[in-house]
Amino acid sequence: MTPPVLRCRGLRKVFGGHVVLDDLDLDVTEHEVVALIGASGSGKSTLLRCVNLLEEIDDGTIELDGEHITDPRTDPDLVRRRIGIVFQAYNLFPHLRVLDNVTLAPVRVHRRDRAEAEAQARELLARVGLAEKAADYPDRLSGGQQQRVAIVRALVNSPRLLLLDEVTSALDPELVGEVLAMIRDLKADGMTMVLATHEMGFAREVADRVCFLDGGRVIEEGPPEQVLGEPTQPRTRQFLRRIIEAGRLQVG
Amino acid sequence: MSLTDHHPSPIARQRAAYRKRQTVRSVLVAAASTGVLGTLLVLAVTGSPGWVRVRESFLDPRIARAALPEILTGLWLNVRLLFFCALGALALGLVVALLRTLRGPVFFPVRALAAGYTYTFRGLPLIIVIYVLTLGVPGLRLRGMPSVLVLGGTALVLTYAGYLAEVFRAGIESIHPSQLAAARSLGLTYRQTMRHVVLPQAVRRVAPPLLNDVVALQKDVGLVSLAGPIDAVRAAQIATAETFNFTPYIVAGVLFVLLAVPLIAVTDWVTLRAARRQAAR
Repeated sequence: MTPPVLRCRGLRKVFGGHVVLDDLDLDVTEHEVVALIGASGSGKSTLLRCVNLLEEIDDGTIELDGEHITDPRTDPDLVRRRIGIVFQAYNLFPHLRVLDNVTLAPVRVHRRDRAEAEAQARELLARVGLAEKAADYPDRLSGGQQQRVAIVRALVNSPRLLLLDEVTSALDPELVGEVLAMIRDLKADGMTMVLATHEMGFAREVADRVCFLDGGRVIEEGPPEQVLGEPTQPRTRQFLRRIIEAGRLQVG
Repeated sequence: MSLTDHHPSPIARQRAAYRKRQTVRSVLVAAASTGVLGTLLVLAVTGSPGWVRVRESFLDPRIARAALPEILTGLWLNVRLLFFCALGALALGLVVALLRTLRGPVFFPVRALAAGYTYTFRGLPLIIVIYVLTLGVPGLRLRGMPSVLVLGGTALVLTYAGYLAEVFRAGIESIHPSQLAAARSLGLTYRQTMRHVVLPQAVRRVAPPLLNDVVALQKDVGLVSLAGPIDAVRAAQIATAETFNFTPYIVAGVLFVLLAVPLIAVTDWVTLRAARRQAAR
């Protein structure tokens, strides 16, 4: 049996005496889309950053395709080349044009021919409707456009796993749709994804599985209809009630 | 509706006319006040009891013309020294700054050395460094000892690299960690991240203070004349000693200012262009 794309076991992460991840387990199989939900500070972002080795875990193991990537002997740069991450605040490079933002890693990291990398980048940008923005600097783009560029930048490396850290949280409501549409297309293409999100409606639509994080653990997980519709855990119910009161999730 | 076939409403036209009147008024007020202040200053200086004597000993055109060739020869030395010392100090400063930002226990000695360097050479008076290098080092009588000029230039590079390193470091540390995270997440190594993401942004951000130090260096390169070579200020000093007239100093001073103007203008232009390209809509 092939191992899952991502397997986390007993993850623990402590920031200055505050336990952010506490004995957390999570499996993600190929082509699966997993949505992480939970209140601010429940550990969603930290989990994603740990998986991408941007944070060092304090205990537990993370496996990527059966390989222990948290082994201190692994080269984190090689691991990160197989995992894409998109951040809440886009984190585009302001001094580089859109096209150069996208081709930086293919050219410098994967040592690919620049012309070939640019052709691929242009094609990807065109597919998300940003072909004519290739020569612009990121600051001239809207938030939604910047976030789509950031996703393209992560995709151009053909990652095995794509991590999306609240990618719509910094966007104006009318720009959220264009980014969500892009993620929908990625799912249709079979991309394996873990996304931390506050968009419950979107989680229900796109996720194969929803994990509710609380106090640094996955305390409830299952198909979106079950976790979001008929949660069994009192903490999940309490969280979803607050979300519904805030108008972020339609009842039923 | 396009931009061209918009007809401003009467109220917009009134506002525009009012702003135009205000602009004309401000220009007139500025011109008048400048004229009045300038006249007062000229009158105060030229009307002072010692003006005739001061004019003779500081602003004598005949002496200025006589001293100019010597001062220009000295200035050419300043220009050459400035060019090589600025390049050397910028390069060394950048290297020291990069060493100071290295993380990890392996690099502790390098880090400590780089920190010690900036502490020492920022604290040490330049004159002492010049004396040690130009008078002390040749005393070792090593073979292939470079000229006094090169040793003096080295003293300048060592001292200014200390200042420039701190400017570079401030720039590097001002780049938000999220930029590093984004670069590393794409698989870039630490070196690639520095080279392609952090440094281009950092250097652009600290270009004005870097230039500030280069202008300061321009004035300090003349200190190598302590060890013998004749720069513009030293040439002016010699001319002054010959004529008992201070005009050569004024000549040298004016030349230094003229030398700094293009340097400052170029950097302002580069900084502005980068900012406009990135941010303007």
